[in-house]
Amino acid sequence: MARKENIRNFSIIAHIDHGKSTLADRLLELTQTVSKRDMTDQLLDNMDLERERGITIKAHAVKLDYKANDGTQYELNLIDTPGHVDFNYEVSRSLAACEGAVLIIDASQGVEAQTLANTYLALDHDLELVPVINKIDLPAADPDRVAAQVEEVIGIPCDEAPRVSAKTGENVSEVLESIVKLVPPPEDNDEKPLRALIFDSVYDSYKGVIVYVRIVDGKIKAGDTMRMMATGAEFTVVEVGYMRPNAMEPAKELTSGEVGYITASIKTVSDARVGDTVTTAQRPAAEPLEGYRKVNPMVFCGVYPADGADYENLHDALEKLQLNDAALSFEPETSGALGFGFRCGFLGLLHLEIIEERLEREYNLELVTTIPSVIYKIHLTNGEIKEIDNPSNYPDPAIIDYCEEPTVEAHIYSPPEYVGAIMDLCQDRRGSYIGMTYLSADRVDLHYKLPLNEIIYDFFDALKSRTRGYASFDYEPAEYQRSSLVKLDVLLNGDIVDALSFIIHSEKAYPRARKIAEKLKENIPRQMFEIPIQMAIGGKVIARETVKAMRKDVLAKCYGGDITRKKKLLEKQKEGKKRMRRFGTVEVPQEAFMAVLKLDDE
Amino acid sequence: MKKIGLYLHIPFCRQKCSYCDFYSFSASEEQKGRYCDCLRSSILTSCKALQQRKPCKADTLYIGGGTPSCLGAKRLESLVNTAKSAILTEDAQITVECNPFGTDEDFFKILNGCGVNRISMGLQSAVDGERVILGRISDKNQAEKAVLAAQKAGIFNISLDIMLGIPNQDKESLSRTADFCLQLGVPHISAYMLKLEEGTPLYRNAGKYSFPDEDMTADLYLQLCETLSSHGIMQYEISNFAKPGYESRHNLKYWRCEEYLGLGPSAHSFIDGKRFYYPRDWEYFLDGKPPVPDGNGGGFEEYAMLALRLSEGLSEERVIKRYGHKIPMSMREKARRFESGGFLISDSSGIRFTRKGFLVSNSLLAELL
Repeated sequence: MARKENIRNFSIIAHIDHGKSTLADRLLELTQTVSKRDMTDQLLDNMDLERERGITIKAHAVKLDYKANDGTQYELNLIDTPGHVDFNYEVSRSLAACEGAVLIIDASQGVEAQTLANTYLALDHDLELVPVINKIDLPAADPDRVAAQVEEVIGIPCDEAPRVSAKTGENVSEVLESIVKLVPPPEDNDEKPLRALIFDSVYDSYKGVIVYVRIVDGKIKAGDTMRMMATGAEFTVVEVGYMRPNAMEPAKELTSGEVGYITASIKTVSDARVGDTVTTAQRPAAEPLEGYRKVNPMVFCGVYPADGADYENLHDALEKLQLNDAALSFEPETSGALGFGFRCGFLGLLHLEIIEERLEREYNLELVTTIPSVIYKIHLTNGEIKEIDNPSNYPDPAIIDYCEEPTVEAHIYSPPEYVGAIMDLCQDRRGSYIGMTYLSADRVDLHYKLPLNEIIYDFFDALKSRTRGYASFDYEPAEYQRSSLVKLDVLLNGDIVDALSFIIHSEKAYPRARKIAEKLKENIPRQMFEIPIQMAIGGKVIARETVKAMRKDVLAKCYGGDITRKKKLLEKQKEGKKRMRRFGTVEVPQEAFMAVLKLDDE
Repeated sequence: MKKIGLYLHIPFCRQKCSYCDFYSFSASEEQKGRYCDCLRSSILTSCKALQQRKPCKADTLYIGGGTPSCLGAKRLESLVNTAKSAILTEDAQITVECNPFGTDEDFFKILNGCGVNRISMGLQSAVDGERVILGRISDKNQAEKAVLAAQKAGIFNISLDIMLGIPNQDKESLSRTADFCLQLGVPHISAYMLKLEEGTPLYRNAGKYSFPDEDMTADLYLQLCETLSSHGIMQYEISNFAKPGYESRHNLKYWRCEEYLGLGPSAHSFIDGKRFYYPRDWEYFLDGKPPVPDGNGGGFEEYAMLALRLSEGLSEERVIKRYGHKIPMSMREKARRFESGGFLISDSSGIRFTRKGFLVSNSLLAELL
């Protein structure tokens, strides 16, 4: 068993693309946790999706053995964190299990939006910060300037901050030395009753739920009866151990200050909630540890199986994903247009996209999703307040007194030359200006209040394209504000398609309606009868397009007496019809739904 | 006695047209001779085997391809005579598909002499610019000469193929092609819409051309239907038009779900409720290997799919006679919406498509069946 003073628990935090996963890779190599031979890039990002997108979605933990320059053997527990604004919640979970955090700053870009956001999160958890200036190999690197900026903006000393290149490996060993030197060891609380913080859990089909914990007080070993303090559920511990990059390493016991895993044949993830405290039935702790702030989904949409027969599979898949992703919420809903599906809640649009992609890839599901919505507060004339995230629950406008929509406070960091473009964008998105601060001569922090529903579609993409990728963006939820909202309905052949309705600011309704009508026209194939597409508010049509009736769909020459070929063609045609969504007499392909979701911002 | 149709496939062409994906290639004289011998022996053995199972005759012979005319008159004569001796009735309609190129009066005289009484000729277009795009080896004048030669030789039942939807084709150019046919006085016209088939030169070069769009092609079709009917050439199938009495009896067998025997690579057959075919492989056929089964045929859905290609449509009386039940109510109900849309007529005599319905028959069939 390692002595407490030789244990260091730390996270790495950084703005996206500042090299977090690459640095983690180098640390694994340097400590020979992974041999060069087994090294794949971004080892901790073991989801395909994470590697492809170059982002970390899930927290990952790994134990490193490190022999410091003075000869002391250390046990380092690295808890990797996601870098995107949608996943602050995951970051917060990881940080709660640590005493310190390595803060990476890109030597050419300097302090960015998430650098600050993550720093504040780390300070909230009383973590010791270890600043590291990365990417010194880049031609545009200016470590002196960036060090000065960090001292000025964040207020932590940087003169001894390691200046490294995670890519080439230069100076990376200094990072390990700084961790050992700066991050305090955990307290020795072995004698107290067990309290272990669950910071993550994954479902394994053989072992059941694997619970990742940070032991704060006491010890735990196989055979103990563990108790979840929030739910009271009890399990017999089957195995405890440490996380290694490619395997789990069983151990005799886990003691205070350590990071490891517990398996106990736990069948459902809801029994091992992230943020809960584990204690033992034999000697229970009096008080649980402080849990995480509960995350509330901010973005909602309907998720439906393309094939109605997949409803149960979708349900199972969502349950499994939720096991590892407490931020995902879902409940059954029914749509006249799409049948049975789920109303799902997400942290943000990236979160939504990732869940969708994982459902499609890992569970082989084909999905149709509806337009994302936020939670609106509708004040009725009778004084009642309705909170709705689903346009189908939008009340009759006649009984609405007024509406409120959620806002966020956003910080946009950018080189000064793009300030005008960003202001235009924020204005277009109904933002209200709060202020502007020069962080340095080449970095401006623009502070805006924006309606959340304006940033959930494509704000980030629009920002990137208007600033050639130089701007970064971070936001936190702010208060609700009064707003003039309307519900926009799509009518095909005179019938409302409920799955396409959405709530929008009245000023935005007309251009958006026109764009959607055009998109639908492009994506609905010509059919036997002409199809009017109407966009309406209440009963009033504000935009209209028409899909002309099909004129020609006929088999050319009959190939001799080859009737089978004709029959196959007919079967194929019927099969194709089955894959369409049918609304009355109108058939709409899945692509049309997708096209409406992906309205580009021209 | 049962009357079946006999089809012989001639997989040879002098040169492949740019749009064609039928099974054909250019062959040497030696190959043509060998193939004819093989086909003749196949006619004799297959017909004999068939007649041993049940007494039957064929009242149509259709020699298609490829380009049967490139076999030469003598070889065609030998094929016809073999078929006659094996299975044909006295009054059989005997059709040979011909290319204007390489056919003259002597050629047609020999055919007429052995009993060929119908010629189907690929014209596609009487506008030479359009013919070039389609890769036709002859020009308009040669086509005209060939028709006149056949008529001079005594064959008046001539069908010309017209293609719709050729690059650059418009109403004016189509009417030139239609006038050309009308002036020659042929009693039968087939009009097919050009379909880009993968793997053909036209498919590969499609980007170079401007094709009439869906609406234009539909308008061309309607224009042609109108022109022909005003000259007494009536539509009897989606793509076929004839003066009364000049319909292709052989092709009607396909659409009425009657029996036929097809010999040669890629030829299809329907006998005793079974469909079968020879693969698109000429060696396979020369080796004398048996046809490949293609499942059962003749079920109601298939029958309806084929019957609805015809102007006479799906006849209540024939359905009752063949299947012992009426046209299903579900189909009648589905038809109602399309009847009010002008796509079809559903009455006591049956269901039949209008021209508007023919144009979208694939979708219509998928809705009804």
